Amino acid sequence: MSSLKEACAVTGVGETAYTRGTDRTPTQLQMEASLKAIDDAGLTPKDIDGIIPYLGGSAVAEDFITNFGIEDLRFSAATPMGGASCVAAIQAAVLAVAGGVANHVLIPIGRVGFSGPRIGSRVRNFPQFKVVGEYEMPSGAIAPAQLYAPMARKHMELYGTTSLQFAEIAVIMRDHALLNDNATMTKPITIEDHQNSRMIADPLRLFDCSQESDGGAAIVISSSDRAKDMRQPPAYIMGVAEGHPDSPSTIAQRPDLTTLGIAKAAPKAFGMAGVTPHDMDVAEIYDCFTYIVLCQLEDLGFCKKGEGGAFVEGGTLSLKGKLPTNTHGGLLSQAHVVGMNHVIELVRQLRGTAGKAQVPDAELGLVTGYGDMGDGSLAIMRR
Amino acid sequence: MTLENQEDRLLPEPDPISRPFWDGLHQHRLMLQKCDACGAVRHYPRPVCDQCYSMDYGWQEATGKGTVHSWTVSHHAFHFSFKKDLPMINALVDLDEGVRLNCRLTGIEADDVVSGMAVEVKFDDVTDEVTLPIVVPAGG
Repeated sequence: MSSLKEACAVTGVGETAYTRGTDRTPTQLQMEASLKAIDDAGLTPKDIDGIIPYLGGSAVAEDFITNFGIEDLRFSAATPMGGASCVAAIQAAVLAVAGGVANHVLIPIGRVGFSGPRIGSRVRNFPQFKVVGEYEMPSGAIAPAQLYAPMARKHMELYGTTSLQFAEIAVIMRDHALLNDNATMTKPITIEDHQNSRMIADPLRLFDCSQESDGGAAIVISSSDRAKDMRQPPAYIMGVAEGHPDSPSTIAQRPDLTTLGIAKAAPKAFGMAGVTPHDMDVAEIYDCFTYIVLCQLEDLGFCKKGEGGAFVEGGTLSLKGKLPTNTHGGLLSQAHVVGMNHVIELVRQLRGTAGKAQVPDAELGLVTGYGDMGDGSLAIMRR
Repeated sequence: MTLENQEDRLLPEPDPISRPFWDGLHQHRLMLQKCDACGAVRHYPRPVCDQCYSMDYGWQEATGKGTVHSWTVSHHAFHFSFKKDLPMINALVDLDEGVRLNCRLTGIEADDVVSGMAVEVKFDDVTDEVTLPIVVPAGG
């Protein structure tokens, strides 16, 4: 197989209303989002012949076969990397389509993070959390905020990074959410609000943490050849990769707490795409916590390790800044649907349909995933 | 955020690989896995030595001495059994043997914790069967 560069494109996107409260199941939510994405692509449900469901999202490939009447599903797979799953699934979909196994791969996500069990009890059931479950959770280190806080503290100690710099990220994500009709957060916040928000796991405050949300989101991946004749302008996938950090099962045993798995994905994806971070018009960066955005900016190469704090100062990530980031409001202020909303926002930016959050003439952008104990994934797309 | 699972405290579920570690703690000894072939110490317990790929291993008792690598102070209990302990310090501890623990740090105020501070391992019998490692300031 030759290079995967631009072999495939995102041809359809769909999402439900994002809410804090629902009577619907995660399966219903992802079926609705999937039907919207398939329609957006100009396809019918029976055209889907590949599916990468989200492990932990309740629906499996069989559910889609049954509900959509798919006669011959030719490809199914899973990318169990928590918040890195959705973008890692893009790599798997590209391999399946470029390899001729499937024509149109659906990547759905649906969850009831607000209405269902909360994160502290939810993560204990993930097989990827088995090690943490045995050796760390009994001592009280249970939730992602508690497990990630020592990484943020180490970064602050080594590089002088501050909570005010985390606040800058939180405030800009909120500003962007206010431009979005489908955001769960609808009131502005200030740096002071962030600093006054209650401490969860020092140094992470409440406003450093993402939302718990209910919703579904889905995309369709097709070959670039087919995409040219489909309903929407294609978002071509120029480069895509996943990366796993050292000591992927536990942060505690990681030699360098301040480097994430995406540091290994970035050279592969940028290399495939033949572009650099400085070429990006827009970035959708997985933001389960403010610190995780800052660290990824370094690992992606937007700045050197340790300079992320200074990089985000002065509105760099705002719509009018040097690197408009999470133009939909992100997990911090739009909704937490495991970052599929980030993929969809990038596609909208490249189509020019991002509404009030549109980056003028956006041609090139990236989307990242981050999950579990530091897994990373990265896709670079162009219009 | 409500704590919907009002169950008893979270306990480990040892398997044959990790059982000697938990049995050691029960006897107030911190046991670390050691490769029989190359002597590398590893933690958490697992089947294969990532230095030489040997699957033969034994156990050695750790000195229980180490330093704080990083830490967090939890002000929110994500499980109801820790509510009474807030605020609660969890430290990543560099043991002298070259591996880390993630465990409670007690016997010190949160404001007084600094990275690099020397700590020593103690043992917290949380049930009749299960003992967890904790650390306290060295010589305290």
